[in-house]
Amino acid sequence: MPQNEYMERHRREHGRRFDHEERIRKKEARKAHKHSKQAQQAIGIKGKQIAKKNYAEKAQMKRTLAMHDESTSRRKADDNVQEGAVPAYLLDRENTTRAKILSNTIKQKRKEKAGKWDVPLPKVRPVAEDEMFKVVRTGKRKTKQWKRMVTKATFVGPGFTRKPPKYERFIRPTGLRFTKAHVTHPELKCTFNLEIIGVKKNPNGPMYTSLGVITRGSIIEVNVSELGLVTPAGKVVWGKYAQVTNNPENDGCINAVLLV
Amino acid sequence: MEIDTVTEAAVVEEKRTTVNNVMCLLTDQDGGPIGAPMYLPQNIGPQQLQLIVNQLLNNEEKLPYAFYISDEELLVPLETYLQKHKVSVEKALPIVCQPQAVFRIRPVNRCSATISGHGEAVLSVAFSPDGRQLASGSGDTTVRFWDLGTQTPMYTCTGHKNWVLCIAWSPDGKYLVSGSMSGELICWDPQTGKQLGNALTGHKKWITGISWEPVHLNAPCRRFVSASKDGDARIWDVSLKKCIVLCGHTLAVTCVKWGGDGVIYTGSQDCTIKVWETTEGKLIRELKGHGHWVNSLALSTEYVLRTGAFDHTGKQYSSPDEMKKVALERYNTTRGTAPERLVSGSDDFTMFLWEPFINKHPKTRMTGHQQLVNHVYFSPDGQWIASASFDKSVKIWNGTTGKFVTAFRGHVGPVYQISWSADSRLLLSGSKDSTLKVWDIRTRKLKQDLPGHADEVFSVDWSPDGEKVASGGKDKVLKLWMG
Repeated sequence: MPQNEYMERHRREHGRRFDHEERIRKKEARKAHKHSKQAQQAIGIKGKQIAKKNYAEKAQMKRTLAMHDESTSRRKADDNVQEGAVPAYLLDRENTTRAKILSNTIKQKRKEKAGKWDVPLPKVRPVAEDEMFKVVRTGKRKTKQWKRMVTKATFVGPGFTRKPPKYERFIRPTGLRFTKAHVTHPELKCTFNLEIIGVKKNPNGPMYTSLGVITRGSIIEVNVSELGLVTPAGKVVWGKYAQVTNNPENDGCINAVLLV
Repeated sequence: MEIDTVTEAAVVEEKRTTVNNVMCLLTDQDGGPIGAPMYLPQNIGPQQLQLIVNQLLNNEEKLPYAFYISDEELLVPLETYLQKHKVSVEKALPIVCQPQAVFRIRPVNRCSATISGHGEAVLSVAFSPDGRQLASGSGDTTVRFWDLGTQTPMYTCTGHKNWVLCIAWSPDGKYLVSGSMSGELICWDPQTGKQLGNALTGHKKWITGISWEPVHLNAPCRRFVSASKDGDARIWDVSLKKCIVLCGHTLAVTCVKWGGDGVIYTGSQDCTIKVWETTEGKLIRELKGHGHWVNSLALSTEYVLRTGAFDHTGKQYSSPDEMKKVALERYNTTRGTAPERLVSGSDDFTMFLWEPFINKHPKTRMTGHQQLVNHVYFSPDGQWIASASFDKSVKIWNGTTGKFVTAFRGHVGPVYQISWSADSRLLLSGSKDSTLKVWDIRTRKLKQDLPGHADEVFSVDWSPDGEKVASGGKDKVLKLWMG
């Protein structure tokens, strides 16, 4: 490894060799020939690698050329008139087709009858207890096995203090505690970093809900006061539910979709 | 003060024996007092107050007034009101007098004609400023003029290459401009249905809004401004075929309005509203506040700008100068002394009330809708703001303070467009649920439900003379409604 910028320094002090430009030009001119010879001679994996690289370059070049052509030649902008005209104020809005809406509403009705929530992630993988908890062996001889450590992300309220070790059955590691979540508003298509208020429901069981375990599919309550949502009476809404869409214990952050 | 004592004495004389008096201060809508505070007998109602106000203001013709005490309309005698609301009689009771339109428009209640003709959804309908002509733009790339007398198609104007999204009449009724999905604008002659000159091209994407220069600034009408999805607005001159580009928005311009004081307002999807000067297209002001797309703008004087010199009497004007003079007069009476107000409805479910000439910060934020606000509209006298939202409701707000007044619920689908009757007493709304509804502002109730369309209603318009309502929608027919 060079320890200093000695080449630059030399160049500054003495300048380049007089035929430098010429040599560069010749090297550049010879490059294609050299590359071609190499490409023709190389066999095996090297040959494949070179061929792949050449192909990629060529495709890129073609694409660039096509793009330039497009901007110069005036194209007729989709002159065939489409069916289903909508006014200007609806043009930028996504509208699902009528049949889909109908079938959606029917599905929704069925779900309501069954007493289920309609959430973005209707089904989640069940998490077994031995995956959720790690057994911590205690006692002088490490023979006791009643202590558990939660291996998933958790939410712990701001006023929480740990119990004395003798009585603490479940340990929630501080490294996996979260206070904020990235919540996406599905209609506004914006994401906000919001504070978590609590865990409303963990699909794996009420015990995990009360422990505040956040896994994929959990419903959490978030503080939306900064979004400025309002109720019909004009009051500002501050708590709203969101469903977690990622695996927080793997990703190190919580992503969620607001339920509206 | 003479008049005070005379009327007061006259009224008091009759009922001296039983009636208590209350100190009242009559004010106009801006809060300026009309006469000095006076003692009024408690048993007088709105009719008697109307007489008093007319006499105080020395009105030659007796004008109708509505009276408001702390934003609530007074419909019963003062006495009943005072008992009901337990108002202190120690202080002078402020009573706000709102002048009402001298004419009354009958609510529409039946469909007089269903005219088919368009081959695709009707995207926009508009009555001419004098209310005698009707035009519509459709997804079948044509603009059609309709004969209101016989209720039949009059002219079919072909020329556009794609859906006709917006149409706009010039305030003197001499031109109609239509903008299409492919970005070109065409000017039509309503008398013959012929295209005037070539199409005006320049916009790279579809047209989202068109607004004409008010007739009181320039007669005859020549200039208009168009907004487009490509983020520009352009001022066009019909006779010179020239344009000035107003660029500055980073996203699509959704709405454009040419104000009565000679400035242009544009609302955009980049969450801002910009104010432009019209001769060179310079940016004057930027109004920031919304958290999401701005969908719709409305001016307090918009209705009078739209109708120009034409009023309820149906008088026609021969020369442009005369028209300009009358239009200016009408504009000044509507505007009064207060500056022009602007209201903007947005995708962030709120609306802002601005006074762009005074302050670049909003005057009020109006919250309450639970879905995006698609259309806002000032009433013709500027007293109310109506807002149509995708949360299926129409809400009414006070036009000067921006306070919430009432919500009209009844639609079962998103409300797309609204339109006021010329006397500001009735409001029409068209919705995705295929109905039109007429709402009464005074009683705050549904006046008339107008079913009939087979599919979504995209556009509604109440003619400025109040005779007819036109609506068009996805079912490809144009419906005319009458009272």
